[in-house]
Amino acid sequence: MTHGLTDAQFFEKVSSFLGPFYIALALMNGLAALYLWRSGQLKTWLKLAKGIEIPNAIVWLAVAMGFAILGAVAGGGMAESLSLPESFREAINKSTGPVIYSAGTTVILIILFFFREFFVRPAVAWTIWNLMWLFLGLSMTDRDFFEIVAKPDNVPIVMLVFLLAFFTWLGTSQAVINDRRKENGEPPMEKLDNEKVLVWPDLVYPELICMIALTAFLIFWAIALPAPLEEAASSVKTPNPSKAPWYFLGLQEMLVYYDPWMAGVVLPSLIVAGLMAIPYLDFNKAGNGYYTIKERMFSYSIFQFGFLEMWITLIVLGTLLRGPNWNFFGPYEHWDAHKVQALNNVNLSEFFWENMLGRSLPGTLALADISASLDPSNWPSWIAWLGGIADPFLQFFSLLFGRELPGTLLVLGYFIALPPLMALTVLRNFYKRMGFIRFMVMANLLLFMGSLPIKMLLRWIFDLKYLISIPEYFFNF
Amino acid sequence: MADLGEMIRESQIWKSIFRHPMPVDRRNRIVVMLTNFFLHLHPVSIKKQGIALSYTWCMGGVTFFLFLVETVTGVLLMFYYRPTVEWAYTDIQMLRDVHSLGLLREIHRWAAHAMVITVWLHMYRVFLTGSYKPPREFNWVLGVFLLLLTLLLSFTGYLLPWDQLAVWAITVGSNMARATPILGHEGPGQQLLTLGGVDMITNASDARFALLGAREVGEETLNRFYILHCIAIPLGVALLLAVHFWRVRKDGGISGPL
Ligand code: HEM
Repeated sequence: MTHGLTDAQFFEKVSSFLGPFYIALALMNGLAALYLWRSGQLKTWLKLAKGIEIPNAIVWLAVAMGFAILGAVAGGGMAESLSLPESFREAINKSTGPVIYSAGTTVILIILFFFREFFVRPAVAWTIWNLMWLFLGLSMTDRDFFEIVAKPDNVPIVMLVFLLAFFTWLGTSQAVINDRRKENGEPPMEKLDNEKVLVWPDLVYPELICMIALTAFLIFWAIALPAPLEEAASSVKTPNPSKAPWYFLGLQEMLVYYDPWMAGVVLPSLIVAGLMAIPYLDFNKAGNGYYTIKERMFSYSIFQFGFLEMWITLIVLGTLLRGPNWNFFGPYEHWDAHKVQALNNVNLSEFFWENMLGRSLPGTLALADISASLDPSNWPSWIAWLGGIADPFLQFFSLLFGRELPGTLLVLGYFIALPPLMALTVLRNFYKRMGFIRFMVMANLLLFMGSLPIKMLLRWIFDLKYLISIPEYFFNF
Repeated sequence: MADLGEMIRESQIWKSIFRHPMPVDRRNRIVVMLTNFFLHLHPVSIKKQGIALSYTWCMGGVTFFLFLVETVTGVLLMFYYRPTVEWAYTDIQMLRDVHSLGLLREIHRWAAHAMVITVWLHMYRVFLTGSYKPPREFNWVLGVFLLLLTLLLSFTGYLLPWDQLAVWAITVGSNMARATPILGHEGPGQQLLTLGGVDMITNASDARFALLGAREVGEETLNRFYILHCIAIPLGVALLLAVHFWRVRKDGGISGPL
């Protein structure tokens, strides 16, 4: 998209975007200041000398001025000066990788969660919101960053991230208020809005306005950003990287840790089935029809981990940070197709038999191996036919319980032994209230969900490729 | 201006279409909701909370609106597009370079992306407010089907421009079907389905073949995805939406604290 542009031309292009971008941010802060002032929410934030007090609205007004200046600088053709320092970008590129990225986002989410009372405060949230936009703006002057983020089909992901930040704040701040009200013995806020109003005009008019605004937004988006159209399809020229549409990139990212039959078929089916099962597994009656976190800690934290961490951040990773050959690239790193990453992952069976026991891998057992008389080809044809069906089973299970025994035991233990153990210990109350079937369904769904972070950790710490590896039968886990 | 508005509203044509004058009093506002075909999707009155933006985020409504936008722009796009390997790419090129309605493609594409985002946000809000709890369990299940269909709509549409982006995204996306257990020709257990030593699951009979209509993404796939995208899936969505909306009302309207 910016190929073949000189640096000067590139910065010109970025300027034409950044100018309006910063002006819009200035407007946003100006409106916030106006809102605080008109709605009487002024608060003194700073006391300078005697009698000179600086209220919050003035601070946001100052921020607005700052953005306006940035807008003028960028629009005036000096966008280049509005970048993050080269050394800082280098450092980010160097230090990031799938491990830091995944662990980092998890830690950030956990911090946001535990200190939510602090982070939902409007002033704090608004500061973070401004910083997110500022970070985006300053990064856009980096060619490699721009190249990826401004790719037309990637723009929705940037939108998704900002929208999710906003709506997570909106939901959490109401939950925090409701949780506090509950502690004081008050009903949730939503209860206060119990009176009825007429749909005409109280709903119909806002709907109309909403539709008009959305139409305007779509037309603006359509004019500002042309839809992508690359060269005509060719079955010989494989692009590198080849990516599925962005909303499936979380699944494609899972291919790093799982075989396609898991990442592409079993896990997606389980995600869908698991989502459908939620209402039938969540027996907690509280929190129906209002925002709350404390009353639904269990389901809330699991859903948020699954949705925000394992779905959204994997999509962001797969779209923005995975380049040629599905290698990881830092946000300011050039997508170099020749980047080599050493792959020295080992299967558990290799590790067990070769490294630990110093033996070669056990082989397959076929009927013919047991005794020549069992070899199906020596039989009359109709039994040979049966033998032909039985043989693959035998070979498969001989591998499963022979060569792959350590992994098989671990996986079976994980899926078969853990649920009853959980029912007896940590999730005892759940088991009592849910009954056998519901509990088993939930436990297995949770275990499947948990297998992804576990496999990630095993990969990062032990370079483990597969726990069970039977490529002969396309069965790797 | 006010006179013009008056003139229009007093004209025979206007009156013949809108059977009532603009309702200003309570009685007439109720009547208009009950007697208008399109408005009767809504109840007559609603809890204040049900229309609070901070509660519903309006995301279900926005998703529905985007679906309508997609339907309208999609029908218009169909006038300019032929789903054949020979024409698909050129038709899209023409839409960009020649036809004055070219902007339609942008609106269609961006609204589609937006719809994927808003349907996730809608689900997110329904979860956060615990609105899937009784009596709304089944409407959540219907919602998950809608989510799935929304993604499939987007996925099948992605192929239609027939450029490198389209074909390879679909190739990568559908490659996974090869690995379907038992039914994919590279899936675990595939060898178990043999008859007299002959594999029954090959690359010409497996799940991926069923999806693509061929061994590779090709003419047959384009045709298949076109029909799914323009007819089959939208019909499915429309049907499910009807039930989804009906259930919202039958389940007692937008959820709220008891
Ligand atoms: C094409 C996609 C969808 C459309 C157009 C749609 C539309 C709507 C609309 C207009 C409402 C009324 C309330 C609101 O706007 O929030 C609603 C409610 C609801 N939706 Fe959806 N929806 C879709 C997908 C989903 C999904 C993916 C789920 C969940 C997995 C879901 C579950 C529900 C539930 C449980 C309600 C009742 C909420 C309440 O009473 O508070 N829907 N839907």
